[in-house]
Amino acid sequence: MSTDMENQTVIDAHNLSKVYNPDTIPVNAVNGVHLHLERGEFTALVGPSGSGKTTLLNMIGGLDQPTTGKVIINGTDITALPPNALIDFRLHNIGFVFQAFNLIPVLTARENIEFIMLLQKIPAEERSRRVAELLLAVGLPNKADARPAQLSGGQQQRVAVARALASKPQFILADEPTANLDSHSASTLLDIMEKLNTDEHMTFLFSTHDQRVIDRARRVITLVDGSIASDTAPAGLRHS
Amino acid sequence: MLSILAWRNIWRNRNRSLITMASIAGAVMLSVVTTSLQKGVFDNLIRNLVSLYTGYVQVHGIGYWDEQTLDNSFEINDSIRDAVSRTPGVTGVAARLEAFALASAGEKTRGCLVVGIEPSGEDRLTRLQSKLEQGKFIADSSSEALVAEGLAAKLRLGVGDTLVLLSQGYYGSTAAGQYRIAGLLHFGSPDLNDRVCYLPLHVAQYWLDAPQRATALAISLDDPRDLRQTQAALRAGLPATLEVMSWEEMMPEIVQHIKTDTVGMYIFIAVLYLLISFGIFSTLLMMLSERRREFGMLVALGMRKGKIALMVLLESVWLALVGSLAGLLLSWPVVWYLTRYPIRVGGEFAKIYERFGFEAVFPATLYAPIFIEQTLVVLAVGLILAFYPAVQIMRLNPVAAMRQ
Repeated sequence: MSTDMENQTVIDAHNLSKVYNPDTIPVNAVNGVHLHLERGEFTALVGPSGSGKTTLLNMIGGLDQPTTGKVIINGTDITALPPNALIDFRLHNIGFVFQAFNLIPVLTARENIEFIMLLQKIPAEERSRRVAELLLAVGLPNKADARPAQLSGGQQQRVAVARALASKPQFILADEPTANLDSHSASTLLDIMEKLNTDEHMTFLFSTHDQRVIDRARRVITLVDGSIASDTAPAGLRHS
Repeated sequence: MLSILAWRNIWRNRNRSLITMASIAGAVMLSVVTTSLQKGVFDNLIRNLVSLYTGYVQVHGIGYWDEQTLDNSFEINDSIRDAVSRTPGVTGVAARLEAFALASAGEKTRGCLVVGIEPSGEDRLTRLQSKLEQGKFIADSSSEALVAEGLAAKLRLGVGDTLVLLSQGYYGSTAAGQYRIAGLLHFGSPDLNDRVCYLPLHVAQYWLDAPQRATALAISLDDPRDLRQTQAALRAGLPATLEVMSWEEMMPEIVQHIKTDTVGMYIFIAVLYLLISFGIFSTLLMMLSERRREFGMLVALGMRKGKIALMVLLESVWLALVGSLAGLLLSWPVVWYLTRYPIRVGGEFAKIYERFGFEAVFPATLYAPIFIEQTLVVLAVGLILAFYPAVQIMRLNPVAAMRQ
């Protein structure tokens, strides 16, 4: 693999397995998955319920430890990081968008986005500038001072995307981001994410059932029973 | 940021937080008022018994306190007076010559305590003149007596009447004298009111055949909190034939009473705080349970668990702080009122107090450390109670938490 190619690699998962209840009734949630994602990918992880999508996403995001295998993000083996270092790594490298939006209800849209940058200890001036940019990018410049309860589901999810982008992550993991949205909101959200992907080469990995997301994805990985059943990626990116 | 977040978080469930704060405020108010009342009563008691009679410190001849006879009196001279007066913290000195005597008038006889005093010095020390009910105060050169009105009533004497005193003088001589009553004194303490009679020092010395002698030098202090240092300085500056005793040594039963009562108060306050602790703890537990998913999300986003635990700790501190400040604001006017208008009880309860020589008056005291202590105690309670949620957060599994 060339140096240029290595620099493009964002996610490199090797032989990932996750077994729940190994001592009682073992459940193989993820079974020997190899996954390779490069910068600028817009990938959907699909599969029936219980196929291991969320577990795989959690392991890639460093939220769950694999039973075997390792996850290398931008050259760092995150499965070997101690807990606090892993949390710090997530803060600086991974953006999350959740199905249930998960905004902090007592903070305004502006503060929710700024919160991540505060954790990163970014100076106030830069925070302020970036919040304005992100609110503009997700089409909510006039909702800066609204609290989550004052926003629609679609607007909340757009704030969540802005929050995920605030830390300037390597990639964004989105777990069923459109599941709780009506079709118009889902379409708007996907437009925004697609634009961020095209204009800023932001890498997205979605776990989804939603055909609207699948239709827009440029790569679709199908998981069945914890294993990759199909991958529409260019041949060079696939692992056997 | 964490502090602001914590502040906003406590208002998520406004009613629950308000109820918790109200319970804290109530407990703080109750403990501040009762503690202020207790301290006020003790201060009053000490003022009554110490300032009124013993002084904060007394100098005696060695052995006098254990065996209070004229034989253990000491010769008072200028060097002793100077040594006492020059001691830092001493504001007043009064020599006394005390003896128990039979007071007689007509066919009535009563046992009493005769105190030979330097009237002007005694007044500076104990404000004796303020106790004058009838007649006039005596001058240093006078040869008249002042009698407590309870004793005078028992002897059916009044101002201008003659009081006969019989006692044993210095080294076994017989002491007898008759003195015109210049004034009647009223003491809050019934014990003093029924038993005390004052003569000018030189008159008492002549009556008891003990010229230049005194049984005690009663000393007042600039600041009673300097009692220990002043006592030590006096010991260092006086001959070894004299003993220097604090009021606490002279009246250990009062010290014991205060200690016992204080322990009782601490137990009461501890129970009170234990009760509100359950309130705060249940609020924190509910908050922990309701927000477990959110905590998981914050960990996922990159917030260290330690910071989340700190945020919860701040929430607990905010609850305790607002509650205790409200309690202080509520208790301040109550304490102020009780300082200005002390509780006065009557009936059997008053008689019990009077039997022990205490005034049945319960003033409070506006003493800033009480208010500060209660706030700090509540804050400490808040911090301790937040420890359990903090530990739970440190053990949080973000995936399991977000699955809730």
